Amino acid sequence: MIYLDHAATTPIRPGIWEAMRPYSMEVFGNSSGVHDVSRRAKNALEEARERIAATIGARPQEIVLTSGGTESDNLALKGAALSSSSRRGVVTVATEHEAVLETTDYLRRIGLPTALVGVDREGAVDIDSLLGEVTGDTALISVMCLNNETGVVQDLPRIVAAMRGRHPGVLIHTDAVQAFSSHDLDVDALGVDLLTLTGHKFGGPKGAGLLYVREGTPLEPLHHGGGQELGRRSGTHNVAGAVGLAEAMEAAKADRSRFRTEVGQIRDDFEKRVIAALPDVVVNTPQRMRSPHHLNLRFPGIRNQTLLMRLDRAGVAASAGSACQSGAAQVSHVLEAMGLTADQTRESVRFSFGWDSTVDEAVEAADIVLGLVEVLR
Amino acid sequence: MRALAAMSGGVDSSVAAALTKQAGHEVVGVTLKLWSGPNGEAPTAGCCTVSDAEDARRVAAQLDIPYYVLDYTGEFRDGVVDRFVHDYASGRTPNPCIECNRTVKFDRLLGGLAEFDCEVLVTGHHARNRHEDGVWSLLRGADRAKDQSYVLSMLTQPELASTRFPVGDLTKAGVRSVASEMGLRTAAKPESMDICFVGQRDYRAFLRDTAPEAVQPGPVVDSDGTEIGRHEGIVGFTIGQRRGLGVAVGEPRFVVRIDAGRSTVVLGRRDELAVAGIKLRQLTWTNGKKATGRVMAQYRAHGEPVAATLHDDRLLFAEPREAVAPGQTVAFYDGERVLGGALIADTFV
Repeated sequence: MIYLDHAATTPIRPGIWEAMRPYSMEVFGNSSGVHDVSRRAKNALEEARERIAATIGARPQEIVLTSGGTESDNLALKGAALSSSSRRGVVTVATEHEAVLETTDYLRRIGLPTALVGVDREGAVDIDSLLGEVTGDTALISVMCLNNETGVVQDLPRIVAAMRGRHPGVLIHTDAVQAFSSHDLDVDALGVDLLTLTGHKFGGPKGAGLLYVREGTPLEPLHHGGGQELGRRSGTHNVAGAVGLAEAMEAAKADRSRFRTEVGQIRDDFEKRVIAALPDVVVNTPQRMRSPHHLNLRFPGIRNQTLLMRLDRAGVAASAGSACQSGAAQVSHVLEAMGLTADQTRESVRFSFGWDSTVDEAVEAADIVLGLVEVLR
Repeated sequence: MRALAAMSGGVDSSVAAALTKQAGHEVVGVTLKLWSGPNGEAPTAGCCTVSDAEDARRVAAQLDIPYYVLDYTGEFRDGVVDRFVHDYASGRTPNPCIECNRTVKFDRLLGGLAEFDCEVLVTGHHARNRHEDGVWSLLRGADRAKDQSYVLSMLTQPELASTRFPVGDLTKAGVRSVASEMGLRTAAKPESMDICFVGQRDYRAFLRDTAPEAVQPGPVVDSDGTEIGRHEGIVGFTIGQRRGLGVAVGEPRFVVRIDAGRSTVVLGRRDELAVAGIKLRQLTWTNGKKATGRVMAQYRAHGEPVAATLHDDRLLFAEPREAVAPGQTVAFYDGERVLGGALIADTFV
């Protein structure tokens, strides 16, 4: 199989599973306990938290360990909106991940003021519209670093600078789930208050993520209980997951400059090979402000569900970018927000590359795509 | 042979796929996603859990065949649901399952066979097709009580040549026992009798929600034109209907005509229900040859075939028949063999 769906999830990097194993076997203790096996687990947890914090320039107590991206997005938005009695609104962007959009819609349904801002044809958020939607009621804005379907990179530094100038009291959240492999993420350099990450998008385990919460940021918890994570997220710790997350973050950070060059080159080669043979293919991923590892292509006249089925049977794993629980390809809200028609979104396929992608498999996959497109036309 | 198995998540299509695989063919399972919610509302959470698709997926995994969910919600809405609403609003009684077979299942899946890199389509219908002397014929299923040849009566030679009905030779009990021997999780699954997009609700409520403009109140009149009551919308009525008419008259009354133009429901005595024949449209012939003369005609999904004579686009019953509803399908038989099918455009006395 040639795996080109790294934006969905990635294989775990070498050594990480082995590093996690002891914390489900010998050191299985509940990190809140008073005996040796628990103390050792607690120690491993806090050591992992320090390593995690260090990779993004945060302090350990600013890391809330969660089950992953969706939970972190929920905690950021609901936690911020529900913690204040005066500022309860949320402003976000039409192309955000469902975890942000659906949480925003939930807050709207329970009566909080919310607003969605559009994007241009390349998928970039219009900063003036974004600022225009922020009012005295706004608790938080949420803008992702890097879009999961197209790979467009939002101009977060400009957004943060503009927000701080105009609306200093409003919290800023970013879903950085797709960005950790390729982008230097330092919470102070970014200047955000809340940041979502999850391990499995960059070679870590599934079920282990985090929400960075800048010191002093008010946050209502979603999970009430034993008071773990300084009361911000109750529940017995996933110590093995935390260790795996720390390992993966360090490995991915150390691999970043290679990733940007090599994986970027692999993606570019794949793109050039396809476009050279099929000049009518439309590249939905913008030319500038793009990640090195995403590529969203539209094949006019070919329905993506057909192409994906044929790719699967030919041993290539790709995606429509947006799939529902049943697995059926859906109309992409991201591409629609960029101005594509529903039919055009149904002709679009996402190829996403990762830490284990190779030149040879990208070339082979491009040739398989070309062969199938010829058959399907 | 590479086969595309349409898997609904029911026992028949599970066994159809399983038998095809067992016979040594390469099978690709697909489930069609046709509808997103009871009111057709956009799913809010990116959720379109076709719960039946889950059973199909598990059966496919057990059979170790690739499996996909294909989205045909657009085609289904345009070709089936809109038409269902339009037909009722026009005073006809549609059969959406047949429209779905025609415009979605067979049209899209057979039309897409090459794209899907398959040679035949396999379905779980209780019907049989035979290839003799270069001609494909469509026969009733071996289990007469479960026979579905009526809903397939619009298939023609090229479609029959590319379709297989592996459970058509089995009884329903036989299908369940094969499923149970193979350990398929759908072996004991109850049958769905609902119109899929209407669900367990009343179809009239569906129409009121979906197409409120089609549900206009109007008069209920006797066959001599006297108004004897009011109705909330003609979509609530079907030719031959006796209950729920909302009027109290001495002797039993039946819906004998629906005048969509005047939004009027016409009631009559039982003897006014009888029609001498049917004006047909969209005639198709399974073997490509127009039939003429004496046939057996079935004009309801679970009705018995009756003797009739075909003259071009007119079907004359051997004796008058009741409750023949425009919009329904009529299938023509010669014994077990389906000759063809048509839609009931109108009736005549």
